[in-house]
Amino acid sequence: MAELARGGRRDAAEVEIRVDGREVRVPAGATLLDAIRAAGGDVPTLCYHETLEPIGACRICVVELEGSRTLVPACQRRAEPGTLVRTDTERVQTSRRMVAELLQSSADTSLAPDVERYGRAYGSRPERWRPLLDGAQEVEAPTPARVDNDLYVRDLDRCILCYRCVEACGEQVQNTFAIGVAGRGYGARIDAGFELPLPESACVYCGNCVAVCPTEALVFRGEYEMRRAGTWDEARQHVTTTTCPYCGVGCPIELHVQDNRIVKATAPVDDPTTHGYLCIKGRFGWAYVHAGLETGAGQEPDRPAAAGASPD
Amino acid sequence: MSPLAPMPGRGLEPGPLEKAPDPEPQELAALEGVWGALAPQERRGRRDLLLPALRALQASRGWISYSALAAVCRELTMPLAEAYGVASFYELLATEPRPRRMIHLCDDVACTLKGAGMLAGRLQALLGHPEQGEGPLGWSLSPCLGQCERGPAALVGDRVWVGLTPEGLEDAVGAWMAGEEARAHAGGVGTHLGSLGEGTPLLLRRCGRVDPGSLEAYVEHGGYRGLRRALQLGPEATLAEVEASGLVGRGGAAFPTARKWASAAREPAPRYVVCNADESEPGSFKDRVLMEQDPFAVLEGLTLAALAVGAERGFIYVRGEYPESHRSLLRAAEQARAAGFLGERILESGFSFDVELRQGAGAYVCGEETALFNSIEGLRGEPRARPPYPAQVGLFGRPTVINNVETLAAVPAILERGGGWYASLGSGRSRGTKLLSVSGHVVRAGVYEVAFGTPLRTILEDLAGGVPGGGAVQAVLCGGAAGTFLGPDQLDTPLSLEALQAVGGTVGSGSLVVLDETVDLWAVVERIARFFRDESCGQCVPCRVGTQRQLEVVSAVRRAGGPVDDQALAMLNDLAQVMRDASICGLGQLAPNAVQSSLRLLGRSGGDERG
Repeated sequence: MAELARGGRRDAAEVEIRVDGREVRVPAGATLLDAIRAAGGDVPTLCYHETLEPIGACRICVVELEGSRTLVPACQRRAEPGTLVRTDTERVQTSRRMVAELLQSSADTSLAPDVERYGRAYGSRPERWRPLLDGAQEVEAPTPARVDNDLYVRDLDRCILCYRCVEACGEQVQNTFAIGVAGRGYGARIDAGFELPLPESACVYCGNCVAVCPTEALVFRGEYEMRRAGTWDEARQHVTTTTCPYCGVGCPIELHVQDNRIVKATAPVDDPTTHGYLCIKGRFGWAYVHAGLETGAGQEPDRPAAAGASPD
Repeated sequence: MSPLAPMPGRGLEPGPLEKAPDPEPQELAALEGVWGALAPQERRGRRDLLLPALRALQASRGWISYSALAAVCRELTMPLAEAYGVASFYELLATEPRPRRMIHLCDDVACTLKGAGMLAGRLQALLGHPEQGEGPLGWSLSPCLGQCERGPAALVGDRVWVGLTPEGLEDAVGAWMAGEEARAHAGGVGTHLGSLGEGTPLLLRRCGRVDPGSLEAYVEHGGYRGLRRALQLGPEATLAEVEASGLVGRGGAAFPTARKWASAAREPAPRYVVCNADESEPGSFKDRVLMEQDPFAVLEGLTLAALAVGAERGFIYVRGEYPESHRSLLRAAEQARAAGFLGERILESGFSFDVELRQGAGAYVCGEETALFNSIEGLRGEPRARPPYPAQVGLFGRPTVINNVETLAAVPAILERGGGWYASLGSGRSRGTKLLSVSGHVVRAGVYEVAFGTPLRTILEDLAGGVPGGGAVQAVLCGGAAGTFLGPDQLDTPLSLEALQAVGGTVGSGSLVVLDETVDLWAVVERIARFFRDESCGQCVPCRVGTQRQLEVVSAVRRAGGPVDDQALAMLNDLAQVMRDASICGLGQLAPNAVQSSLRLLGRSGGDERG
C-alpha cells in the first residue's frame, strides 16, 4: 500500500484521521470510505464497486470534510493526515436524499434495491417531480428495452449512469471497450457507438457489465424473460458454488438454481482469481446441463433464453 | 488504408471497425489533412488527434459517419464506442446526417435582447424546422457565441455573422444558397473599447490601435519587453515578479496565479502550460477581443508562464465558436516562431518553448480546466476528480499550469514594469486592472478596462452610456450564467472581488448583461436554466439530473405566470443545495446561482444563503 500517492509525494505508511470525532488509522492511500468503514461507520454507495477504481459519479457517498467548500465523495477522496470528516450532518443528509430522489425521478429504480433502500433511509420524495414532468413540453418517452441477442438485454430506462459497466468492459477488467457513454448531460447514455446492436458491436458476451450493473438496466436474457413472465422468484432460488468446467483456470462459479434449473451464473466477488468476473463460457455455457434431461429441444417460455449451444 | 490495428480483447471475428464500409473520398481527404506528415505508425495511440479529426470530418461532410469514425479509430487504434462517446459529446459535431452547413443562431441572453427570436422565425420560414432537412444549409439554435456586443450573431462554418438583421440574414442565406459562400456574411459592427481609472488602459493598450497581424507593430509598441527582461531574470525571479503583482486568475475562480505556477514548477518535468481560451460564459467576450486584437500578448504571456515553470510545450485551447480568434493566434504564432520568439533557444537563450493550438467543438464544460485536458487528450470533456490538481497531474498526466487568456495577457506588462507596480493598482485580493464584457441594454456595448474599485454604475453609465432612451435598469446579470443577478439597488457596488462577494455576487469572468425594465426576467432565468441543462456533461447525478429538474421547475412557474409558491421554492432550494454541495465541478456547483439570485428580484428569497 505504500505506493506513491497520485500527487507524486511519498506518504507516510499510515495516516490518522478523525471520523465523526473518532480517531482512526488507515494505510496511506486509503480512501475516506476505507477509513469510515475502519472506524466502524458506513456511508451509502451506488457507483462504487469494490473491484473497480472509484468512479465518483453518483455522489451519494459524499461527506463533509473540514476546510472543503463542497462535500467530497468518500469513495474517491484519499485520507490525508489530520483530516476531519463528518458523515452524517444535515448537509450530507440533504445531498444523499436528493441524489436518491433525482435518480428515482429519472430512472426506473424498482429493481435497484440500493437506490430504493437509500431513498427510504434518507426520506426521498421522487413523486413531487411527477406533476412537473407531466406538464413539461419535453416529455420523456420510455425507451423500449433492447433485446438484440440471446444472452443479455439492455433496458436503459433503468440506467442510473453509474459507469460501472463501462469500466468493467474497458481497461479495468475486460479490455473489450464495446460500450461507452455517449451524448451529454441529461441525454447521456450507455452505447456501443452509433446505437449498434450488440451483435454488431465489439461485445464478446462476457457478461461482466451485467455482473456489475446495480439496477438491472443490463440483465441476463433468461432473467429478463422470466421476470416478464412473472416466474422469476429469488426466494425459490438457491446458489451452488462449483468450478467452471471449460479451461484450466478453474474459475469458481455460482449457479443460481430455481425449480431445479440453472437460471443464472455469477462468480464470487471476493475470489482472488475472478473478482466476480467470468468469460462467455463460464457465464453462459451451462445450457448443456439441461440438454439431456428433456425431450424436445424447444424453448419453453419460462426457460432462460440463454440456452445457446456450448460456445466451443 | 493503413493495416487494421488489432483491437484489445477481440477474437478472430471481425469487429465494428473491420466491418465498417470504406469512407467517402471527401472524408479520407479531410483525414489526410489532419494526419499531415505523420506516418501511419506515428498515428497509433495519438488519441489527442481525435478531436481535430472529428472537426475535419464535420467540416467536410457536415456530419460524422460510422465509416469515417471507424477509419479514425483504426488509425488512432482506439475503440469505436469511445470515439463515438467523444463525437456525440460536442454540440458542433453531428453523428447523424444533417445539412452540410449549419447556421448556429445564438439565442442566448444578450442576442435575444437584440431580436434573435425574430431571426429564428425568419430562419424557420426560409429553411424549415431547426436541425432538419436535407439541403445544403440548415440551422439550429446555439448557446452564447461570445459576440454579445455586436449581436444577434450566428456561427456558420468557420465564419461568424454578427449584427444580424432580418434582411441581412435573408441576404446572407440567399447568397449562400446561390453558391456564393464567400459573399454570405453579415457584419461590420465594431466593438467599443474603453478604459477608466489608474493604470488603464493596460490590457487594451494596443487593442484597436496596433495592427494585430503584425509582430513588428507589437514589438514597436512594447511587445516582448517582458520576455526579454524575464530571460535576463531567470525563472525564479520571473515567478517572484508575478507573485509580487498579486495577480489572480481572470477566468472566474480568482486563484493566485503565482501560487499555481510555483506549485507546478516544483513537480518533475516534463511540464505543460495551457492557455484556456474556451471563453464560453454567456455574456463574456473579452478574451475574444484580446485574442483578435492583441494575439501576441497572449502568446508572450504563455511563453512567460512556460519560462517560469520550466515547460517546453504549451497548448492554446480555443473554443470552437471562435474561428477568428483561432486564425489570429495561428497567424501570430507563425510570425513569433519565424522571428525566434517561439521554438528552440528563444532569443538565443537556453530556453526553448513552442505552442500548439487546439479548437473545441461546442461544450461549455470544456472551459473547466480538467475537462479541457480531457478534450485535448481525445476523451469526453468530463471534469476529473480533484485532487490531484492540474499542477501535479494535468494534461497528459503531467504537471500543468492552465491560465485564462486575460490572466496571461496581463503577465507581459507585469514583467516589463514590475510586480510591485501592478500590485499598486487596486487593493486586497483585487490587484491590477480588469476587463469587463458589457452588453444588453446599454448604448455602447463593448469591452472596458477598469481599475478595481470602480463602481458598477460608473462602468455602465460613463463607459457604456447607460440604458438607451434613458430607461431604467431592472437587473444586471453579473458574471454570466454562472453568476448572479444584481438589482438596481446594488449598482453602487465597487467592482472588486471582495465588494461583490459581500453582496452575494461574483466578478466571475467579468461580464455585465444589462436588462432594462421591459425584459421578462423569467424568460431570462429560464434561458439560463436551459443553458445549464444543455451544457451539463452528465457525469454526476446532482448536475445531470439537477439541471434538468431546475429547468422544469422554472418552466412550470413561468408557464403558470408565477409566483414561486412554497413547494416550488423548496424544490429549487433542495436542488441548489445538492448541486452546490455534491457536483463534481464548478458547472454544477454554480448552476443554481442565477436562478437563486433571481428569486430576490422576483420577490422570493432563496432559502439557501450559503453559496
